[in-house]
Amino acid sequence: MSVGQAIPTIVGEPPDGDLQQRFLYEMLLIRRFEEKCAEMYTRGKIRGFLHLYTGEEACAVGAINALRADDKIVTHYRDHGHALARGVEANRIMAELFARVGGTNQGRGGSMHIFDVDRNFLGGYAIVAGHMPIAAGLGLAANLSGEDWAALCIFGDGGVGEGEFHEALNLAAIWKLPVVWFCENNGYGMGVPFDDSLANDVYKIAASYQMPSVRIDGMDVLEVYSATQLALAHVREGNGPYFIEALTYRYRGHSMADPELYRTKAEVEEYRKRDAIQRLKRSMTADGLMDEASYEALVAQVDAEVDEAVAYADASPEPGLHTLYDHITKEYEGDSG
Amino acid sequence: MTEMRMRDAIREAMREEMLRDERVFLMGEDIGAYGGSYACTRGLLDEFGPERVRDTPISESGIVGAGVGAALAGFIPMVEIMTINFSLVALDQIVNNASKLHYMSGGQVNVPLVLRMASGGGSQLGATHSHSLEGMFAHFPGLTVVCPAFPGDAKGLLKRSFREPNPVVFIEHTALYGARGEVPDDPDHLVEFGRAATVRSGKDVTLVGYSGSVHQCYRAADMLAAEHGLTADVIDLRTIRPLDMSSVIRSVRRTNRAVVVEDDWKFGGFAGEIAAQIMERAFDWLDAPVARVAGKDVPMPYNRNLEYAALPSEEDVVEAVLAML
Repeated sequence: MSVGQAIPTIVGEPPDGDLQQRFLYEMLLIRRFEEKCAEMYTRGKIRGFLHLYTGEEACAVGAINALRADDKIVTHYRDHGHALARGVEANRIMAELFARVGGTNQGRGGSMHIFDVDRNFLGGYAIVAGHMPIAAGLGLAANLSGEDWAALCIFGDGGVGEGEFHEALNLAAIWKLPVVWFCENNGYGMGVPFDDSLANDVYKIAASYQMPSVRIDGMDVLEVYSATQLALAHVREGNGPYFIEALTYRYRGHSMADPELYRTKAEVEEYRKRDAIQRLKRSMTADGLMDEASYEALVAQVDAEVDEAVAYADASPEPGLHTLYDHITKEYEGDSG
Repeated sequence: MTEMRMRDAIREAMREEMLRDERVFLMGEDIGAYGGSYACTRGLLDEFGPERVRDTPISESGIVGAGVGAALAGFIPMVEIMTINFSLVALDQIVNNASKLHYMSGGQVNVPLVLRMASGGGSQLGATHSHSLEGMFAHFPGLTVVCPAFPGDAKGLLKRSFREPNPVVFIEHTALYGARGEVPDDPDHLVEFGRAATVRSGKDVTLVGYSGSVHQCYRAADMLAAEHGLTADVIDLRTIRPLDMSSVIRSVRRTNRAVVVEDDWKFGGFAGEIAAQIMERAFDWLDAPVARVAGKDVPMPYNRNLEYAALPSEEDVVEAVLAML
């Protein structure tokens, strides 16, 4: 479904077998990483709020694989999957969750604030929609610099009710900023169904800001990948922003503290039947790209990687108390010229 | 040295920094053709064009956040939030993002962002348009809060702000935009953060202020000298975060009395922070409790007489000094 400006029809290259293999690997890595996080949380290794991404893997993997290395990403607090899809090492993410110096943020950020500036992964943000104006600023920087990189801003349907969503979309539209807005609509803003929170469909609200806006199946990684490719081509050519609403579902509660009183187990089971990993596995098998043995080998590889991440995190020391005041501000080194 | 008004010194600082560094750009509500609500950007659109002097919608949170994003990508944006009152709408960006990203990311990113805003009451604008929230911003680790009282300092501090790798909240008192003063011509005239200025020397009492209240202190010192034969040190803090307490403490140990003056509400205000630090570091030198002269704890009234009563005055400062003798 699409509304708004005319949607470009040039279809990107369909992902070849190697790329599909990578999608499957990354989705499995996210799935098993998140399941391990749940286990580590119950064992007290991970503290604070923990929001898991299982069920939504196709969004991160499809969208982020469409990016170039110089494109910049900002995302919300359910961010482990996005970081993994961007190639941030599982070791360093797990170490951050364990609050250790080997973590991406040296244990200062935690689950909701993963940063890896070397990969242009400019943060998980934990105030709903608070990162959306930042994405507009990234797009502004791209335009001012005359370069053709783009910003990908990932947020949830819960962000659509925030004023910052509307301010950011408006800025991107009037200034023709190269921002791909990617809404992971998992059906609930915490526990409130989006039908009860929003006056219109998300992609229709976005379209009113005069940008192409599409609603896609966020549980089909191939569709997410190709939609994001189209969106990036559009924004890189100076046409302004592009909006994608990906319909998805989270298998676990909003956070580990969620008793899930607002939905039924049957509903969760219904969505599990549409699982993105199984879906890709089936189509790859039908295309002769995958068999049961190679799938099992992939699972084993991923599990080993996740176990290694836990070992790495466990071995990494906690930050020393003498570092408490480090990084409040960057040191002024005189005239920067 | 050239004599100029505060608003012209501020404009000159921005202009020089834009000429010096092409990463600097300005955005805000009506800073382009309109020239800024307080005329601080007048003429800059013609000189630098709409890409670098960018009019924005009335979206304070959006434009401050966009400033944060552009700063993350290597630019040095100045966002003008018209008045400090509207910064309340952008607090999420200032507090949750600008002030914290360097720390939260473990030092991976930094936010060289200058936020300019006009502050203060006294113009019968009513309760929502008369705030003095300098102390609120000083509360947040990660922010630098600049509050100049004189045009020369305003220029040097604003130029210094553009060279700071961290977010700076640069607060201008509306009553001072027309104030004249000597301004250095040197394009590298910088005023360092965290260094107070002793703008008048005396021996009987230390008067501490920032921004508009420095002028109340100064006038009060005149009155004390003329009418009561007393002399006062007047300390202009210039930045309240970082805060130069050493200059205050040195003075208090000499005068043995201190009055802290600010426009903001007394209850929970920044004057309380200064008073507490004087107590911690100069208790044995004090001949009287530290006094605070500050705004009354009411939403600012529209009526002129009521508004005057709600704001601190030089007479209040004199009264506070006499009461501690």
